[in-house]
Amino acid sequence: MNKLTIFGICIVGFFIIIAIFAPILAPYNPGQIDIENILTAPSSSHIFGTDSLGRDLFSRMVYGARISLMVGFIAVGIASLIGIALGAIAGYYGKWVDGIIMRFIDIMLCFPTFFLILAVIALLEPSIINIMVIIGATSWMGIARLMRAEILSLKERDFIYAERSIGASDLRIIIRHLIPNAMAPVLVSITLGIAGAILVESSLSFLGIGVQPPTPSWGNILSEGKAVMGAGWWMMLFPGMAIFITVLGYNLLGEGIRERLLKS
Amino acid sequence: MGKYIFKRIIGLVVLLLGITIITFSVIHIAPGRPTDLEAQFNPKVSMEARERIAHLYGLDKPLHIQYIEWLKRFARFDFGISFMDSRPVMEKILERIPITLIIELFSMILILLIGIPIGISSAVKEGSFYDRFMTVFVFIGFAVPTFWLSLILMDFIGVRWGMLPISGIKSLEFEKFGFFEKIIDMSKHLILPVLVSAFGGLAGISRYMRSSMLSVLKQDYIRTARAKGLSEKDVLYKHALKNALLPVVTILGLSVPGLIGGSVIFESIFSIPGMGRLFYESVMARDYPVIMGVLVIGAILTLLGNLLADISYAAVDPRIKLE
Repeated sequence: MNKLTIFGICIVGFFIIIAIFAPILAPYNPGQIDIENILTAPSSSHIFGTDSLGRDLFSRMVYGARISLMVGFIAVGIASLIGIALGAIAGYYGKWVDGIIMRFIDIMLCFPTFFLILAVIALLEPSIINIMVIIGATSWMGIARLMRAEILSLKERDFIYAERSIGASDLRIIIRHLIPNAMAPVLVSITLGIAGAILVESSLSFLGIGVQPPTPSWGNILSEGKAVMGAGWWMMLFPGMAIFITVLGYNLLGEGIRERLLKS
Repeated sequence: MGKYIFKRIIGLVVLLLGITIITFSVIHIAPGRPTDLEAQFNPKVSMEARERIAHLYGLDKPLHIQYIEWLKRFARFDFGISFMDSRPVMEKILERIPITLIIELFSMILILLIGIPIGISSAVKEGSFYDRFMTVFVFIGFAVPTFWLSLILMDFIGVRWGMLPISGIKSLEFEKFGFFEKIIDMSKHLILPVLVSAFGGLAGISRYMRSSMLSVLKQDYIRTARAKGLSEKDVLYKHALKNALLPVVTILGLSVPGLIGGSVIFESIFSIPGMGRLFYESVMARDYPVIMGVLVIGAILTLLGNLLADISYAAVDPRIKLE
C-alpha cells in the first residue's frame, strides 16, 4: 500500500477514536463557562487555550469531532442510499425510467449545491438532523451516475442471465447480485463524499446557519475565532487544522482505494 | 454545428423547466406556509406583509395553478419584491451579478494560468520528485477549507501586515480618486477574494490536466510522432497538449456551480457586495423572494457556463459535429 494511503487511514482512524472516546478524552465539560479564564492562551491547564466564554477549547474540539464526523457519515449514508437506489434502477430498467432519472440528475447538477442547501435551511430550522438530510439530499448525483454505469455493463453478464433463467425477481437480481458487484467504484465516491460533507457542514456552521452554539462544531468554533481575530490565534488555528487534516485523511483514503481498484 | 447548437438549446429548455420545478418545490418544502414561518421567526412581519407573501405565491390556489402562475412571472424574470427593502428582486440581483462574475472570471484565468502548466509538467515528469511534490500540494489544496484560508489571509496580510484591504471592493475615499487610482484601489480589494476563490479550483484543474495529459501521452499517435523523429518539444506541445486540453474545457464548464456556490463564503467574509453575499443576507433575513430569485439565476448561470463549454468543445473538436 502507498504511504499516503496509510497516512490517510491513520488520520481517519485517529479522529474516529477521538469522537468515540470524547467523554474520556475531554478534560473539562465542553459547555463549562469560566469567566475568570476568558481567552487564555494554550497552557498546561488548557492545552488548546480557552474561548471567549472561558470554555476549554480542547474539550470543545473533541466533542466537535463527534458532531463533524456524525454529520459527515450520516449525510453520506443518505446520499449513498438515494444514489445507489436511483442509479441501480436507471441502469437496470433503462428506457424511459433511465431517461427520467438521468434528466433529474442533470437538473440537480445545474444548481450551485451550496445555494440549494442554504435555501432549504432558510425554510427549515438549522438543526443537526436537517443539515444531515439536506447535505445528503443534494450530494447523491455522482454516486447515482457511477452506479448506473456499473450496472449497465454488469447486467449483460452471463451470471445475471443465469439468475433470470431460474426465475429470480428483478428486485433480487438488483439487490443480491448487481449492487454488491457494482459497489467498488462507488466506495471511492462515498469516501470522498464524507470529506465533502464535513467541509459543507463546517462552512455552514461557520456562516452561522449550521450546527448552532452552544453545541460545539469545528465550523462554529472557527466562527467564534473570527470574532476574536487578533486576540486569540488558537481559536482559529486548531479548528481549522482539524477540518483540514480530517478532510485530507478521507481524500487520501479515497484516492488509495481508487488506485487499488485500477490495479486489480 | 448549427444543428448541434439547436439540439443543445432544446435540451436547455427541458433543464430550465426542471430548475423551475425544483425551485418551486423548495418553496413548498417548509411545513405550513412560508408566511407562517416568516411570522414565527420574525415578529416584525406585519399582517400586510404576510398577505403580500401569500399573494406573491398565490398560496390560496391549487398547487398546479400556483406553479403555472409562478412560471409566467418567471418567464418575465419577475421574482417579486424583496421583504427587506421592497425593491424588485431582479433589480437587486442584476446590480450584484457583475461583481461576482468579475471575481469568478479573474479566478478562472488564474486557475488556468497556474493549473494547466502544473498539470502538464507533472505529467511529463511523472513519478519525479516534482510530480510527487505537486501531488501533495494538490491534496492540500483540496482539503483546505476556503473560509479558513480567507481568515488566515485576512489576519496576516490584512490585519497584521496591513498590506491589503480586507473588506468591501473600494475605499471610503473612492469617489475622490482619479481613473487609474480607482482601478488600482479596486484591484487591491479584489486580490484576496480572487486568490481564495481560485485556490480550491486550482487543485482540481491541475490534477485533471495531469491525468488527461498522461492518457494522451500513451496514445499511438504520440508514439508515431516520436518515431518519425519529431523533437520532444513538438511532440508535447503540438500533438499532445492540443488533445489533452479538450476534456479540461468541459471540466471548466462543470466547475461553474462550485465557483458560484463558493461565492457565498468568501463574499460574506470579505464583505463583497456580490450575488453570494446577497444570497447569504437573504437567507439570514428569510427574504424568500430574493432567495428563490438567486437560486434560479444561479442555476441559469450554471446552464450558460455548461453550454458555453460544450459549444467551445464542439468548435475545437471536429469529432463532435459528426454525431
